[in-house]
Amino acid sequence: MASSTHTLTIPSSTRFLEDVREFVTMHAEQAGFDEMTVEQLKMAVDEACTNVIEHAYAGESEQPVEIAMILSRDKLTIRIRDKGQKFDEKAYREPDLIEYARTKKSGGFGVHIMRKLMDEVAYRTTGGYNECRMVKYRT
Amino acid sequence: MSNFSVGFRSTGTVQILDLHGELDAHTAAELEAAIQKCQKDNRVHILINGANLMYISSAGLGVFMAYIEEVRDSGGDIKIAALQPKVFNVFDLLGFPMLFDIVDTEEGAVSKFETASAD
Repeated sequence: MASSTHTLTIPSSTRFLEDVREFVTMHAEQAGFDEMTVEQLKMAVDEACTNVIEHAYAGESEQPVEIAMILSRDKLTIRIRDKGQKFDEKAYREPDLIEYARTKKSGGFGVHIMRKLMDEVAYRTTGGYNECRMVKYRT
Repeated sequence: MSNFSVGFRSTGTVQILDLHGELDAHTAAELEAAIQKCQKDNRVHILINGANLMYISSAGLGVFMAYIEEVRDSGGDIKIAALQPKVFNVFDLLGFPMLFDIVDTEEGAVSKFETASAD
């Protein structure tokens, strides 16, 4: 199968997360992923976009978030690009549920979820934008 | 328009919140407002009915995290019931069953509240 790419660009507002999930669901289903995998892909992309909106752009609601789904024979690559603040992967710590409840902390699960649901998650900053690249292999 | 809503019902001392639709970073504030309303009304036996909850992201889970200790400190609890399997999987993924009482049915959760009150 030749590779194909589908892209969606949304403004950096959580209002558009629903559109992102719809976009991911449609193309993942068309690519033949099973229902449970489609749910996982949808959630991983939602979490990645939420992080961009809330952290990279920190409340600026008109900045671009570009989502690309690149389908090839053996895998689906999802690329999310933004021009906001870079994500400091080195400073990231895995969340501790009990500690979170005790301190009334509610965020920070997004990256944890993305890593659990996807086969690969990588970040880089290049050419004036930040990029999160997530891969799911076909089984 | 938001694709999420919260319905309020009560049975005895139990305040039931019926969640409908998709709970994400955009709609999580509505769940937060609903839990705050329960606290304000001193209704701290809170039962979340997830039968019509179609999706939850970490922002939604974060709301439960933010309030569970406070609600328990005031003598109540947040119990979660009737989740669809795909939504339960998300709770499970983050280890929520370790911290929250997740029950198969609404009736089961109500009876757990009643038993606890009778003790």
